[in-house]
Amino acid sequence: MNSITHDPVAPLRREWQRHTPAQRISRWLVWLVCVAAVVWAIRSIDIIPEFLADAPEQMGDMLVRMWPPDLSHYYPEVHNALIETLHIATLGTVFCFVLAVPLALLAARNICTIRPLNALAQLGLVASRSVNSLVWALLFVAIFGPGAAAGVFAIAFRSVGFVGKLLAEALEEANPGPREALRAAGAPWGAEMLKGVWPQVQPAFWGIALFRWDINVRESAVLGLVGAGGIGLVLDDAINFFQWERVSTVLLAILVVVLLAEIVVNRIRTRLI
Amino acid sequence: MSATTSQPRRLAFAPNWAMRAALLVLAIYTVWASTRLGLTWDRVVHGMGEGGRLLARMVPPNFERWQLLLEGLLESLQIAVLASAIGILISLPLGVLAARNLSPLWIAGPVRAVIAVCRSLHYVIVAILFVKAIGFGALAGTAALVVASVGFIAKLFAEAIEEISMKQVEAIRATGAGVMKVLAYAVLPQVSSRFIGFCLYQLDSNLRNSTLVGIVGAGGIGGTLFAAFKRFDYDFVAAILLAIIALIFLAEIISGRVRAALR
Amino acid sequence: MTAAPRAAAPASGTVLQIKGLVKEYAAGKPVLKGIDVAVPAEGITAIIGPSGTGKSTLIRCINRLVEPTSGSITLHGAELTGLRGRELRLARRRIGMVFQEYNLVERLTVMENVLSGRLGYVPLWRAWLRKYPEEDIQRAFMLLDAVGLPEHATRRADALSGGQRQRVGIARALMQRPEILLADEPTSSLDPRTAVEVLELLTRLTAAEGVPVIINIHNVDLAKRFARRIIGMSGGSVIFDGPPEELEQHHLRAIYGGEDWL
Repeated sequence: MNSITHDPVAPLRREWQRHTPAQRISRWLVWLVCVAAVVWAIRSIDIIPEFLADAPEQMGDMLVRMWPPDLSHYYPEVHNALIETLHIATLGTVFCFVLAVPLALLAARNICTIRPLNALAQLGLVASRSVNSLVWALLFVAIFGPGAAAGVFAIAFRSVGFVGKLLAEALEEANPGPREALRAAGAPWGAEMLKGVWPQVQPAFWGIALFRWDINVRESAVLGLVGAGGIGLVLDDAINFFQWERVSTVLLAILVVVLLAEIVVNRIRTRLI
Repeated sequence: MSATTSQPRRLAFAPNWAMRAALLVLAIYTVWASTRLGLTWDRVVHGMGEGGRLLARMVPPNFERWQLLLEGLLESLQIAVLASAIGILISLPLGVLAARNLSPLWIAGPVRAVIAVCRSLHYVIVAILFVKAIGFGALAGTAALVVASVGFIAKLFAEAIEEISMKQVEAIRATGAGVMKVLAYAVLPQVSSRFIGFCLYQLDSNLRNSTLVGIVGAGGIGGTLFAAFKRFDYDFVAAILLAIIALIFLAEIISGRVRAALR
Repeated sequence: MTAAPRAAAPASGTVLQIKGLVKEYAAGKPVLKGIDVAVPAEGITAIIGPSGTGKSTLIRCINRLVEPTSGSITLHGAELTGLRGRELRLARRRIGMVFQEYNLVERLTVMENVLSGRLGYVPLWRAWLRKYPEEDIQRAFMLLDAVGLPEHATRRADALSGGQRQRVGIARALMQRPEILLADEPTSSLDPRTAVEVLELLTRLTAAEGVPVIINIHNVDLAKRFARRIIGMSGGSVIFDGPPEELEQHHLRAIYGGEDWL
């Protein structure tokens, strides 16, 4: 009995390759571009070879000096700075809504039907997003002087773009039915928003606020590096004085708070939704 | 509707006391915390005046030192490209090791912890540590962004792997394939397109972040920006900010195109 | 349609010997309670029995996708339990498997899926670069012809219908040049007509290649029609073992009836 694979008539030899020639060329091109970019970066980047050779040893040295963390430094200095950081994050999140809600209303095409206003609001949101919170902090330190006030404003202005964009998207997804019903009943614009739109976007609203607060806790921890208050200031001091046990204490504190914030947000979100 | 008539109004407009109380607490907190941080109305008004003056000094932006600007931007770009490449290379094995459906818990647990630490530390903090340990310059910035990339990509990669269909893995295992062959035939085909998406996104955000790490001395345009701030060269600051925004926009458009082409 | 026994098969006519096989997922609650089965070196052996009786577990214990708790499984006299690493992989490549839900790698092409049957044989670099030996590729094409999918080599597996996918699954398993083929409910996800077509194909191809088959199947009529030997399982034990002609109503009542199987 012949096995089917030794059938003498079948082997008209056939070719098989994973990709068509066009696919292969385009794959090679993509790889070429990637490799070329990396080679260009390696060849032209300004890295001092001695630093590179030295780096693992130096990092190890620093980590050894950090251990064990000097927890006696935690209270009161680090603790107070940590609380201030949380205040900055929370206040920044609260204040960002002062700007984000009107901009989102203007940007949502189903709420505001004037096209130039839509575009203008979008531009404002994009501008807020494309400037990093540290840069915002630099600007506000120049305005308010060093301190937590600059931090709050930096966080708020940075958050406007993010919150506004997501809010506008939530608004645009809202079902027009309830609004039409209210309008037909002769409700004024404010009532239409409050009773027709707000109940629909409310879950999204709280979700966005929590999500942004979580991010803001992380971001506000670094604002102190440019003088905008919070725990970054303490970290900067400790690093500048090479007090590595204090540095690790601060880092641990930040790590714990960031993880706690994430857990809290997840808890609240599962309860809200 | 008719059901409400038997219990008039109560069901229709039951006031949400918990929500109102929460809003009241939030309002009180806001006022209290503001005063604690020294954020008073006077100060805001004063700040607005200052802000106006600052804006006035920023216009028109001064592009006279464009060579310095270009140099910084290019260095940022180099940092972003290198950090992404190295970060992706490290994330590939880490992501596989962290996936709980493929690797045993005694490996996945510690790897996940490492990834979580990478993700929790803000890249600017990591950058400042690298600057202190290995000196000023692009190397510190690259290293910091590698850490950030690993925290992001490895986590998402591991999550993507945890969502794959294990039936396909089982079938490839049944042919007698070893670990690497199972990865190549049963795992990667299921996750590769998402993985490319993560990588593009990370390249994008590395570019944003690489414009910033210079503020703590880790190379790139951020250093130029910080120096300009310290010298009160606000018109140059405006020029740098515009250049950064333009670069980020460009990158966003390109990566959007690439992503659309991949689909 | 009679196939000559393989030269490699031992004189006893038994390819696979299972003795005292026990599997407990949770300690003290065995799913398989000491199975003793000898699988003949030719033809189809069907395992029938109600859902949850451990048919799938039994089949998966053979190629060790499920780890048996105790007992012995020998393939051509070589012990399979306790194999590890490379030896386990070498054993697995001698055992083909066809799955209920086809288990093709959806995002790979049909050809890649068929060729993946050679993964136990080719070196890693060939597998990664898809540079399979010429004879493997020719055999894959011939198997695709044999299962009736000659034009589909470059299509992606997720573009195929259920019946087509199971044909690719059969081609993949035969690509291993297995000494035995395991089929875990290969037709349960197919409509009745396609199910018969797929079983006919499986019977024909494995007979031509001289590969004995163990098949899990819950359709008793199909089992009687295609199998040379039927093993009836209930409650984790074998309660019937013989040719289909001997399977009678009271056996079926013992297998499917009663309350003791859940």
